[in-house]
Amino acid sequence: MHDQQLKQVIEAALFAADEPLSVDQLKELLVAQQISKAKIQTTLSALQQDYQNRGVQLQQVASGYRFQTRTELGSILAGLWQEKPPKYSQALLETLALIAYRQPITRGDIEEIRGVSVSSQIMKTLQERGWVKVVGQREVPGRPQLYATTAEFLDYFNVKDLAELPPIPSSENAQQATATESPTAETATDQRVH
Amino acid sequence: MSETPELTPELTPEQHALPLGFVRGEPVLERPEDLYIPPDALELILEAFSGPMDLLLYLIRRHKVEIVDLPILPITQQYMTYVDMMKELKLELAADYLVMAAMLTEIKSRLLLPKPPQVEEEDIDPRAELVRRLREYEAICEGAGHLDAQPQQERDFCVVQTGSDARELVKQLPPEVSLEDLVLAFGKVMQQAQLQEHHHIHRERLSTRARMSAILDLLTQQSRVRFSDVFDTSEGKAGVVVSFLAILELSKEALIEITQVDAFSELHISKRQDQQSTVTEHA
Repeated sequence: MHDQQLKQVIEAALFAADEPLSVDQLKELLVAQQISKAKIQTTLSALQQDYQNRGVQLQQVASGYRFQTRTELGSILAGLWQEKPPKYSQALLETLALIAYRQPITRGDIEEIRGVSVSSQIMKTLQERGWVKVVGQREVPGRPQLYATTAEFLDYFNVKDLAELPPIPSSENAQQATATESPTAETATDQRVH
Repeated sequence: MSETPELTPELTPEQHALPLGFVRGEPVLERPEDLYIPPDALELILEAFSGPMDLLLYLIRRHKVEIVDLPILPITQQYMTYVDMMKELKLELAADYLVMAAMLTEIKSRLLLPKPPQVEEEDIDPRAELVRRLREYEAICEGAGHLDAQPQQERDFCVVQTGSDARELVKQLPPEVSLEDLVLAFGKVMQQAQLQEHHHIHRERLSTRARMSAILDLLTQQSRVRFSDVFDTSEGKAGVVVSFLAILELSKEALIEITQVDAFSELHISKRQDQQSTVTEHA
């Protein structure tokens, strides 16, 4: 298969697919052509380059590669739809930030830092949107549930992993949390693929 | 937090003529510095702050000091005034704000108390825990800001797809059915339906045997009967059939004779003279 053809196939597949496609998924798609992962990777980079100045961009997020509109165009494109994009409250963003930056984390931890009881409505919204999920229980009395962010969260906020989020100052008890960040994100991604 | 300053009008020294409210029976004359909140706006402000930590952080920033140098006395005073004003307005005060008030008061009282000389080595600043929490909260607020600034699906971009209908086409091929196929299919269905149908056995309402007797009886009265007279059309199809079967049966048993004078003329039925004796047995 020519480079040009390969590029066309990948481009078309990304447009036609319902969900972002990972390099593995693309390799699977091109199994008969025996294209290496490295080849797919370089083709994706070339495509990204091609789209650099276009209104549509090739973006890598946690679930894989997808085409999306340029982020600067959001306010103009909003005119296409009647519904306004959701505006998230400060309380929701703080709760989400806590889970994202200090995961895995319990409700108790969130309450301790924010000084307010965690709103069930906020937790429900976060889980309904698929951004947050229970990843386990802390082995302390009461076995409180531990929350972590998902691949959908990363997809929504346009990043491929947690490390891509701008850093914030670490807390004394943050070291432990930082260590567990990446594995959590990876497991979330893995589950998403299947 | 940016909206908060808009809600706090400029303070002028002349403003403290009227008591703001009564706190534990004492009139509050002085507005807390930079914290005059028009009563109507208080509820709005309560929404602007996402919690007691947020309020506390705001107060500290108004003092333009580092969190580490937390000026506990003025901050506690301001915080308490704020909380008391909320009470005064009979707002349903969030318990979380009161918890923080209690914590501040505790720290304040500990700072005010003279330290017993023997516990010098255990000289922990009572503010330390609060400072730690405030710094962590500040970090989280920064994180929340980052998330808000992060390109968001729906708000800043949308995922582009060609909306290909390929999958639908693969899933359901357009049917190519000729009329013949349809008829054949229907025939099969009908066959199936017939197989499923119950075989109904009806009790014979009209007996051929009885009709045979009736015909013979008629023939004893008249030696020749016109074929059509045997039938009573008011009995309907079943009656006609039974009568016909009776005639055939009688004819087969050679009890009657069916005669015709010439082609296309009326048929006549008559008793066979020689077999007359056997009739009664059949009837």
